[in-house]
Parts: sequence; C-alpha cells; structure tokens
Amino acid sequence: MGEGHHHPLPTTPVEDRVAALESLLVDKGILDPTAIDAVVEHYEHAVGPMNGAKVVARAWVDEAYRERLLADATAAIAELGFSGPEGDHMVVVQNTPEVHNAVVCTLCSCYPWPVLGLPPNWYKSPPYRSRMVREPRVLLAEMGCVVPEECEIRVWDSSAEVRYLVLPMRPAACDDLSEDKLAGLVTRDAMIGVARL
Amino acid sequence: MALCSDVAVDGIHDLGGIQGFGPVEVEHDEPVFHADWERRVYRLTVAAMLAGHLNGRFRHAIERMDPARYLASPYYEHWLTATATGLVEGGLVTQEELDDRLGAPYPVARSTRAPRLDHPGPSVGESRYEVGDAVRVREWHPVGHTRAPRYVQGKPGVVVRLDGAFSLPDVEYHCDSIRLEPTYSVRFEALDLWGTPGDPVHVDLWESYLEPRQASING
Repeated sequence: MGEGHHHPLPTTPVEDRVAALESLLVDKGILDPTAIDAVVEHYEHAVGPMNGAKVVARAWVDEAYRERLLADATAAIAELGFSGPEGDHMVVVQNTPEVHNAVVCTLCSCYPWPVLGLPPNWYKSPPYRSRMVREPRVLLAEMGCVVPEECEIRVWDSSAEVRYLVLPMRPAACDDLSEDKLAGLVTRDAMIGVARL
Repeated sequence: MALCSDVAVDGIHDLGGIQGFGPVEVEHDEPVFHADWERRVYRLTVAAMLAGHLNGRFRHAIERMDPARYLASPYYEHWLTATATGLVEGGLVTQEELDDRLGAPYPVARSTRAPRLDHPGPSVGESRYEVGDAVRVREWHPVGHTRAPRYVQGKPGVVVRLDGAFSLPDVEYHCDSIRLEPTYSVRFEALDLWGTPGDPVHVDLWESYLEPRQASING
C-alpha cells in the first residue's frame, strides 16, 4: 500500500483479481459476499426507471402530488414505496417551456438508485461528466435531445448528498391516457434530462 | 518510486469542464452488469460497505487510482481497486496476502497525502447563507478528499437552495469523527465559468467551501 506497491500497466485480468479478493475475504472470515445476493438481485431486477416513471406519471395526473413532489421529493417518492440508499435526499426539478433540466455527477457517479436503478455506463463516463457542465446544449443535441434556443438548460451537478430526478413535461395529446399508460411513456433518459418526451 | 507520490484532490476524477473527450457513447438496451465479474464487484463492495469495512475510504481510494488506469478501465474496476485499497488501509487484509492470493502484484490505489485529523472541528447547524445570497467558492486545493469541483473554485455564484446539514466529506474521509455543515445548491453562470455565454450550472456545496461576495452592481 505504500509507494512501493504501486504497479504500472498492464496488470492481471480483472476476473482474477475479483476471485482473489473474494476468496481471501471468505477464507479469513471477514465477509461472505453471497450473503447479500438478494440485495444484488434487487438492484439488478426489481429497481429501475419504471419506479421513477410511476412518480412522473402520478405528478402528471395529480396536481396535489406534483406540489408535494416539488416541495419534498423524498417524502413524495416514499409515498409510492420508493426509498433507500442514494435516494435519502431527493430533489425533483421540473421542466417547463422555459426551462430544461439535466443531471450530471462530475466527480463520480451519483445517481438516484431508488427511482432509476443503477446508472448506465455513459452517465459514469468521462465524456459525459466533462462536457455536460461546459457545453450542455451541444452535448444534448449530439445525444438527440434538441432543446429550443429560447429554453434555458439548467445543469445540476450532484456533488453533495442530494440526488436529482427530472420531471419531464407531459407530452401533448395524451389527455385520455391512464396513469399506467402515461408511466409507459416516461424514459430513463427523460428523467436524467438527456431526452425530451 | 517518488513519481508515484504526487496525488492531490485535483485528481483525474475531477472531470467537470475538461475538454477533449469526444462523443458520449450510449449503449442501447444496456444490461445492469455487462459481465459476471461486474456483478461480483458490486456485491463485494456493497457487502464490505454494509459491514462497515470501507468507512471513509472507498471514494477517496477511487480518486487515488493511477490516472491513466482510471481513464482506461471499466467503472467496476474502479470499485474493485478502491475496495481492495480500503480493506488494506483498514487493516483487514494485507498487500502481501493479496499478492499471494493473486500470484502477482495486486493493484491498489496510491496512498493519501492528507494527514489524519485528530479532531473534526465544530459542527455548524445554522445556515450562514440564504437563497439569493451572492457567494464565491474558495480557491484552494487540499491534498485530501473534497467535493468542491475544480471548475467552480474561485468562481462567483448565487445560492438557489438550502439542503440542511451533512457530514463534511473533507473531514469524514480523514478523521474518525464527523463534522456537520450546511449544504447549498449554488448557481453559476456559464460566462463566469467558461468565459463564454451559455447555460447555467448548479453545484451542491458545503458551507465552508463558500465565502460571501458583494454582488456586482454592473452584474
């Protein structure tokens, strides 16, 4: 761990390093990773953007809920049963004709797990993290999200404890859709702010 | 190995505003884990965190990775390296045990240069700033962990939201105790950040990162 243990590229295959660390911890009785298989299963399969989509659809059909969501997102999201690590201090930012919101974590990979699941690779990648704060309009357009010139883009760098969810504008001409159907229109990317519905 | 010793917080992870990275590559229908080893690293790291084995070490260990490897390696390799580093630094395993088990030198992050703090300093409960206050981010570059991104250091902004008090990471990562401090969301104009007009950026910052500023009459 001292300076003498710094190793230059290249190194051993990552799979071998995982196996070595796992087996060492098990043999030393420090921890058994399989004890939390259910947690991994939960984040891999049971949590994801479908949770956030329910929050958004509820906010579209229930004005009182929307107001609660904007005033205290953590509590309003918990009303629908979503809470936990990386979601303890939620803020919802609302898109309007004048404002488009987008979220980034320039220092690492902070992301609202309870409503969006684990982040995609591009969200954690150097191009996204470096460029989203410096040239958001250019980057969004490259990603297929063209924001009207008169609409301000507000970028939110989640550098502390708050995790953000974007509340997209409800698409026009879907007045007769049920809340469930509306939730089906909401995408992960729209809730990060790299897409518009 | 003296060249390995220079690691400060303006590390490779502090990516905001750096130019030259090119397009964002989006993988359609991306799986949560791309290979079983990624799933196992997630499991291992979360298990170690839940057991309290990585307290205050994990994230700073990622920041102390070799910069070239940080940029070139998959995300969950950052987690693996940081977990191994944190377990060694926490005294749960030794570098020699890791090397023996792997049959080769086991890569860990570089040592921190920040000294351990004997005392966390006094917690602050009451917020010094209000929404609308003109502030400036302190221009300073500590050798330890911080959450003040380089691209806003020294820059003027305006407080737009108060978020209550949280543990200051700059202390937590280098001390056995914590210091609570108010946090704020601060709006920065593109002109102030980059010298050209554009869209604003909001950054969430702890109170001691900020200092008061007289709002300019000329804007």
